[in-house]
Amino acid sequence: MADLLEAFRTALRLILELDAELVEIVGLSLRVSLSAVFLATLVGLPLGAVAGMLRFPGRRVVTVLLNSLLGLPPVVVGLVVYLLLSRSGPLGALGLLFTPAAMVFAQFLLITPIVAALSRQVLEELWQEYEDQLRSLGAGVWRAIPTLLFEGRYLLLTAILAGFGRAIAEVGAVIIVGGNIAHVTRVMTTAIALETSRGDLPLALGLGLLLIALSIAVNAAAYLAQAVTRSAHA
Amino acid sequence: MPESGHGARSILPLVAEDLGYAVAGRRLLNGVSFEIGPGPCTVILGPNGAGKTLTLRLCHGLLQPTHGRVGWRGPGRAEAAREQAMVFQRPVLLRRSVAANVDYALRLRGLPRDERRERAAEALDHTGLAALAGRAALSLSVGEQQRLALARAWALRPQVLFLDEPTASLDPGATGAVESTMRAIRASGTKLVMTTHDLGQARRLGDAVLFLHQGRLVENSSSDAFFEQPSSPEGKAFVRGELLW
Amino acid sequence: MVAPRLRRLGAVAAALAVSALAGPPAAAEGRFITVASTTSTRDSGLFDWILPRFTRKTGIEVRIVAVGTGRALRLGERGDVDAVLVHDRSAEEAFVAAGFGIERREVMSNFFVVIGPEADPAGVRHRRDAPAALARVAETGSLFTSRGDDSGTHKAELRLWRSAGIDPRPHSGRWYRETGTGMGATLNTAAELGAYALTDSGTWGSFKNRRDLTVLMASGEALRNPYGAIVVNPERHPHVKQRWAQRFVDWLASPEGRAAIASFRVDGESLFYPASDTSTD
Repeated sequence: MADLLEAFRTALRLILELDAELVEIVGLSLRVSLSAVFLATLVGLPLGAVAGMLRFPGRRVVTVLLNSLLGLPPVVVGLVVYLLLSRSGPLGALGLLFTPAAMVFAQFLLITPIVAALSRQVLEELWQEYEDQLRSLGAGVWRAIPTLLFEGRYLLLTAILAGFGRAIAEVGAVIIVGGNIAHVTRVMTTAIALETSRGDLPLALGLGLLLIALSIAVNAAAYLAQAVTRSAHA
Repeated sequence: MPESGHGARSILPLVAEDLGYAVAGRRLLNGVSFEIGPGPCTVILGPNGAGKTLTLRLCHGLLQPTHGRVGWRGPGRAEAAREQAMVFQRPVLLRRSVAANVDYALRLRGLPRDERRERAAEALDHTGLAALAGRAALSLSVGEQQRLALARAWALRPQVLFLDEPTASLDPGATGAVESTMRAIRASGTKLVMTTHDLGQARRLGDAVLFLHQGRLVENSSSDAFFEQPSSPEGKAFVRGELLW
Repeated sequence: MVAPRLRRLGAVAAALAVSALAGPPAAAEGRFITVASTTSTRDSGLFDWILPRFTRKTGIEVRIVAVGTGRALRLGERGDVDAVLVHDRSAEEAFVAAGFGIERREVMSNFFVVIGPEADPAGVRHRRDAPAALARVAETGSLFTSRGDDSGTHKAELRLWRSAGIDPRPHSGRWYRETGTGMGATLNTAAELGAYALTDSGTWGSFKNRRDLTVLMASGEALRNPYGAIVVNPERHPHVKQRWAQRFVDWLASPEGRAAIASFRVDGESLFYPASDTSTD
């Protein structure tokens, strides 16, 4: 109990002091995970649309595959990306290992299935509801994709936030491909792992609380943006 | 009143030849042939499960028949499709404003902005929705939503408008408003082809009747003839209200 | 009506993505090397003390990737780092012999320590040496947490068991607990279980979650823990920043580097001892 109280106090102190190193770590966390979410959205939404709206042989296989990848273990993604980006790996010449770009790449692989699987679900249901009407108006399935992306924007935002939540909270992949290098690739989760291994549990938990606060802030911002556009449309 | 056809050649008559539709070996529609000419309003009648909605969807091209064919006079499928619209039992509207819903349909037809604006305003005006143009479509009452679906279809100025049970989910007041909008559309020169449960509505709006029973076309006659002197036993029972629907 | 807003949002997100992909802010233009080292040195805080001094002098930033010695050497073999700073002499020598590294330079050392509960149920406190202490742990079946991760500390621990003539692995899962994690996590586990463990003085000196654990044995040649620095061989991996990495290794062994290592203290205690002047320069 005393430990937990100490953690809360530490979290509060961290926020109030606005320590430069902490700001840097929080900034990098956001930069990496938002970039990963952005890229995962660019790929995941169209993928979800194709899997949810197009009829092609093997569609069910794709659906099952996407749903299984929801539970992709971060460590495995980290290892795969490490082996790709390692100097001895196929993409080694790019020199991306132990950079934020490598972390973005790993998180992108981790969360694209999440965005795709959840948006497939949303778009498939919307398409069932809208297909006849949109076809009647002269929209084929390809023309309908942007329409339904817009129609489902609030539900899709939830899919994207789920991806963000996973990205900002995972440690297994980024610690392998980023290396947790101070001032270069140290993010919230790897800093927490570091403080845990130093045995500074209150500081680790304090950082953890901060991470949760950060996640709440991002979700609240998304909710507000949503509320504003909703009221603009009403 | 918006003028239909827009100078394009008439796509009517619509000819259905030996139409059949089967799902997993079950024949839902069988050997149905008819011709729908340019008269004001054809009503497809029949008890539940007769194949009314199916026939409408086959005519509009939302489904491909497993047997027989649907043909339009005129240049080709794509051109014919541009001259049709359809209103469903439950209005399917986009999550945007009333005006934007109409605009979306017009944009799919590739119309320029000025013309879209003009047509949308006109259609909303004629359906009594002009005051609601800026409202979110999904915040409207069901009756208003169905009128918006009609306005959207009307703005396309189709030669043929299909309506599938357009008032089945509405209360009597809303039904009246929707029917008067349908009359206005009919008066503007658009051919209506509709299904309905409501014998009164069929009498009020229809001038020709296709009567289906168990997936077959049983009667094809003028509205007056059907309601006064049905030629088939099923038709007689239906008009007397003895066939469940 | 919505499109411009979406476009603006997209532009912001794209800018974010590009800025992240463009790499770290400070070092993008700067000179840097990447060094694989051990969690024990990182966790102790040594690098936070000595690296700024090296960077101030040379303008070369040193990026530390802290993993177990085994994985650190593996990173070197694959060319993913420019140098390694680890503590497992025989593995380091094998690394150099296989041509992955240029030369091993011993730069510092500290001591392994046997830690355990204050009450010391196995009575290791007054044993002759570390192997004898571990033998007592085994005889009494007292809990012992092992790294179990092929790290330098883990290898050293296994050497101690061998000299004690005991193979603890058959007892794994009973009194012998292999955590398979880093030093800190293993110590956290030991603190929770009230178990014995082998760690190094550097890590222990800066470890905060000790509960009632204490150092029970801290001296003797068997517990010496030397660290070697090796530049990765550019003949194997041409992209290795050999010149800068060599400067770093040379600096660690130089009077200035040795002074930096010697002056690192936690609670007034030295945790690392610079190598004596037997080094090659």
